[in-house]
Amino acid sequence: MAYNLKEVAKKPERFTGGHRMCAGCGAPVVVRQILRALKPEDHLVAGSATGCLEVSSFLYPYTSWKDSFIHNAFENSGATISGAEAAYLAMKRKGKINQEGETKFIAFGGDGGTYDIGLQSLSGAMERGHDMVYVCYDNGAYMNTGIQRSSATPKYADTTTSPAGKAIPGKQQWRKDLTEVMANHHIPYVAQTAPIGNLKDLYEKSEKAIYTKGPAFLNVLAPCPRGWQYNTPDLMDISKLAVETCFWPLYEVVDGKYIINYKPKNKLPVRDFLKPQGRFKHLFKAGNEYMIEEIQAEVDRRWEALLKLAGEEA
Amino acid sequence: MAIRERMSGNEAMAVAMKQINPDVVAAFPITPSTEVPQYFSNFVADGVVDTEFVAVESEHSAMSACVGAQAAGGRAMTATSANGLALMWEILYIAACSRLPIVMACVNRTLSGPLNIHNDHSDSMGARDSGWVQLYSENNQEAYDNMLMANRIGEHPDVMLPVMVCQDGFITSHAIENIELVEDDKVKAFVGEYNPKDYLLNKANPISVGPLDLQAHCFEHKRQQAEAMKNAKKVILEVSEEFAKMTGRKYGLFEEYKTEDAEVAVVILNSTAGTAKYVIDQYRAEGKKIGLIKPRVFRPFPVDELTAALSKFKAVAVMDKADSFNDAGGPLFTEVTSAMFAKGVFGPKVINYIYGLGGRDVRSTDIEVVFNELLKIAETGTVESVYNYLGVRE
Repeated sequence: MAYNLKEVAKKPERFTGGHRMCAGCGAPVVVRQILRALKPEDHLVAGSATGCLEVSSFLYPYTSWKDSFIHNAFENSGATISGAEAAYLAMKRKGKINQEGETKFIAFGGDGGTYDIGLQSLSGAMERGHDMVYVCYDNGAYMNTGIQRSSATPKYADTTTSPAGKAIPGKQQWRKDLTEVMANHHIPYVAQTAPIGNLKDLYEKSEKAIYTKGPAFLNVLAPCPRGWQYNTPDLMDISKLAVETCFWPLYEVVDGKYIINYKPKNKLPVRDFLKPQGRFKHLFKAGNEYMIEEIQAEVDRRWEALLKLAGEEA
Repeated sequence: MAIRERMSGNEAMAVAMKQINPDVVAAFPITPSTEVPQYFSNFVADGVVDTEFVAVESEHSAMSACVGAQAAGGRAMTATSANGLALMWEILYIAACSRLPIVMACVNRTLSGPLNIHNDHSDSMGARDSGWVQLYSENNQEAYDNMLMANRIGEHPDVMLPVMVCQDGFITSHAIENIELVEDDKVKAFVGEYNPKDYLLNKANPISVGPLDLQAHCFEHKRQQAEAMKNAKKVILEVSEEFAKMTGRKYGLFEEYKTEDAEVAVVILNSTAGTAKYVIDQYRAEGKKIGLIKPRVFRPFPVDELTAALSKFKAVAVMDKADSFNDAGGPLFTEVTSAMFAKGVFGPKVINYIYGLGGRDVRSTDIEVVFNELLKIAETGTVESVYNYLGVRE
């Protein structure tokens, strides 16, 4: 059935309002849409690493999660959900699960809990082949603790542990390409997506990830108004610019085959993505043009490499 | 009829796990506990258990997966030692506060550094305040029996806490001794089914586990956890009594060996208690009135019972196979003496020996040194040194 946002939005809500995520935050938009991809008859066991999503959606005694949910610690969302999935298999074998529909397993983590401290736990869970999805909502820094740099933070971004100072102009390293790292785990399904437009790309990849047997990984861009310093109503525009500049290409790797889901007809310069964000403000000062040029060159290099992997020409 | 066998302490623990047939075993190799998941993997490979074996990439993930599995509604078990236990540290506390009755085979080994694979108790002693019930075992039989009782203790509705069963690495984990196994069907009936009230996989009643829990409620939750540990003592005794009816093997909070008329006693955990029993028999033949107290339950700490038992002696040596590096004494010593003080038991002179660190052999002659000192203290009433190292080159 063709995707239709109006129809999809009519599905019963699995992630309720009333949570404490910031206005203009990408993460709850992403989570709601991913959960909409579940079949109504299926039960979900969701997990989250410690982070904004967890502390804002499950503050005792309130929970936003209508399905079952578990938070364990910062670095072990992958391992925790893998344990729940293992229990499901054993309990089914023993005849102890007698309910309609399937139970699906989704672990969430921010980029700090996924690219950095939770990388080992994620890698282990994916390699072991659990039937689960790991979703990284990537906002490019440790936002929950107050905007510290992570290995997902873009080069030159101003964060509280890579401040744009007089001697050092923000983060000095390129961001890790986690989607590629996960693709090289050779698991059945890996995708990179973002909340843009009518959220079709996010929905369809979520559905594939959830209903592909075995491990799947989704890397979802989730802009953060506090860390990125944009005007909160501009969430969807910022996401779109990330995609239109090829800073964040939409693609998937299905059983090892690369598919680029969107190729901008007019690839926008990366400065269009950087400009509305306060974390890159210093890049637009006179004398700092080289930083934007460097970033543009790196975006182009990675985009071309991706095109090559997908067997396409630029 | 009980099954007479011979096997190592590790195999005994693994056999207990096979008979319990848990839903999930998540474990990572580390000497000397590695054999436990090895044996268990064979049971899985041969299809004799229904368990999902999760061969995790670290002990941190082992405990994390156990938390996920137990919260999901399954029985989860693991095995580890030393640095593996230390890597689990963070999650040990989360397992306990989440009230998840996970069971762990802890094969005691020296916690680095320096790196050392042999036995002392620095690993489990470090985890003593993590909220786990801790049971200690002198030999393979006790390790096996404690494992069979662990689920019943942890899963009791008044407890709902994780349980750690400890035995000495190599000394008992790798030593092959005679053992009496309980028949599979009897174990199954004794351990029973795990039917938690609330669990993640219950579609009819979904739950959220592991909240952000701030000033308004966290304190009450910690209080409930403390109450659960208090309740554990009674439950341990009930379960042990039921176990005794099935097997004839009686277990309490601690074992007293030849203490009835003893003037002096040592307090020792795990395998060295066996060496002490040997020395006690020798000395008793010479008419010396000496005895042993071997704690089985370290968490909860049996304050009332232990202090009452110790009150009758003139002199007591508390033996610690771990140091607290506090210039005051090892963990067992400080707990015993503070319990005695709180209970107003001021009669016995109490001294501490740190022994066997890094797997240094503890010989009967070492234990003789301790008893000789105690007998001297009993006679003179004078303590020359409270905090001592035993069998070390100085």
